[in-house]
Amino acid sequence: MKNPNKKESLPQAVILFFGVSHALRGESILKEAHLPGKLVPVPRQFSSDCGVCLRINREDGEKILALFTEKNLEYDGLRDLD
Amino acid sequence: MTRGKLIYLDNAATSFPKPPEVVEAVRSYMTEVGSNPGRSGHRLSVEAARTVYRTRENIARLFAFPDPLRVVFTQNITEALNLVLRGLLRRGNHVVTTAMEHNSVMRPLRDLEKIGVELSLVPVGPRGELRPDDFDAAVKANTTLFVLNHGSNVHGAVVPLRDIGRIARKRNLLLVADTAQTAGVLPIDMEEDHIDILCFTGHKGLLGPTGTGGFLLGSRVPEGFPVPLKSGGTGSRSDREEQPDFLPDMYECGTLNAAGLAGLLAGTEWILGQGLEAIREKEKALLSQLMEGITAIPEIRIYAGTGAADMTATISIDLEGMEPSELGERLDEDYGIMTRAGLHCAPAAHKTLGTYPRGTIRLSPGFFTREEDIDTTIRALRELAGENRKKQ
Repeated sequence: MKNPNKKESLPQAVILFFGVSHALRGESILKEAHLPGKLVPVPRQFSSDCGVCLRINREDGEKILALFTEKNLEYDGLRDLD
Repeated sequence: MTRGKLIYLDNAATSFPKPPEVVEAVRSYMTEVGSNPGRSGHRLSVEAARTVYRTRENIARLFAFPDPLRVVFTQNITEALNLVLRGLLRRGNHVVTTAMEHNSVMRPLRDLEKIGVELSLVPVGPRGELRPDDFDAAVKANTTLFVLNHGSNVHGAVVPLRDIGRIARKRNLLLVADTAQTAGVLPIDMEEDHIDILCFTGHKGLLGPTGTGGFLLGSRVPEGFPVPLKSGGTGSRSDREEQPDFLPDMYECGTLNAAGLAGLLAGTEWILGQGLEAIREKEKALLSQLMEGITAIPEIRIYAGTGAADMTATISIDLEGMEPSELGERLDEDYGIMTRAGLHCAPAAHKTLGTYPRGTIRLSPGFFTREEDIDTTIRALRELAGENRKKQ
């Protein structure tokens, strides 16, 4: 993914959602839990119902998905970014 | 037209003025964000969606509700109540409500009666007295839900929602609450008050612009219910021609009133900043002042709840020998006092009070009403009563 603003050196992943409200709920949950994550347009290589997804550090992936499940937030999937 | 020296006592219809932050939020949304929420991935559309989402969070917080995605926006509470009642009730179902309802509940229920929904009305006393046990007694084998107005739009009486909710839980029924007059003014807790669906309006106590409202869908409501009334574009599942089955998109199609919701976000921020307790105390003081002043005018009859502690800041009055419409006109034209005259969209309530079809004058101060506004109103009523006395 070409992202000139991307400063992170850690491997990245994205979480896809069914709708933008879900993505925003995800963003809010991460903020509350003090976990890094950023709402970004869905990268071209993934198809998603909603235009935005959450970019996260790949190493946080499992923890974040568990948190979403705990908060009853449905998601479409976790995809690694190269 | 500026507000000037006008005294606005029609907050039960819509709150006015709004906090300046609300006006600024709408202006700023329209000049700096302006996009369609959730329809694109570009930053302005995302910012628009974030504004809407943050409004969901604030609404959820105000009602101690855990899931902002189960906050659904509609154009007003009437649409929310219609969606909920028409989407839940089927032929053969039985509903229990009260004899104090607003037409936003009564008219959909009367429509549903025509397709075979049964209806029971529990009696209410002239000061809004209601016995929760009457709800229990009205339950039948086919009862599915209780629906009721939390606070009367005619005379401010507040019902014991929690006690009625407890009965609904015990009987395994749903409780639908109409909080048009109480949201943003009284503490309401979805869980503690046993509310399954809470319908709210954004432009009264919540201080947002008109064209905002919605409902909170509790987890006891069976999945897929209420059945949506509309279908259309949501910005999600755009490859399919079927309406999405997830919240909030299943109920929210077509472009939302995002500018209005930006205002509602500011209104709810303002409330959370002030604290409900402070708002409540201010309104209670204004209500007591108003009631004491009017009680001293013998020709005026007051219709109200049992006391300021169990009321919102809304009362109805009637001046002996003067039609409510004339009294309303005199207050407006001679004194610049805005009230509402007539039947307040609630014929059932007026029948309960014995004020049907004559109606009443409704006085509803709000947080921004000043003590001197109430004094002026009492003086005006005293003068009009005196003038009327001489004529007779």
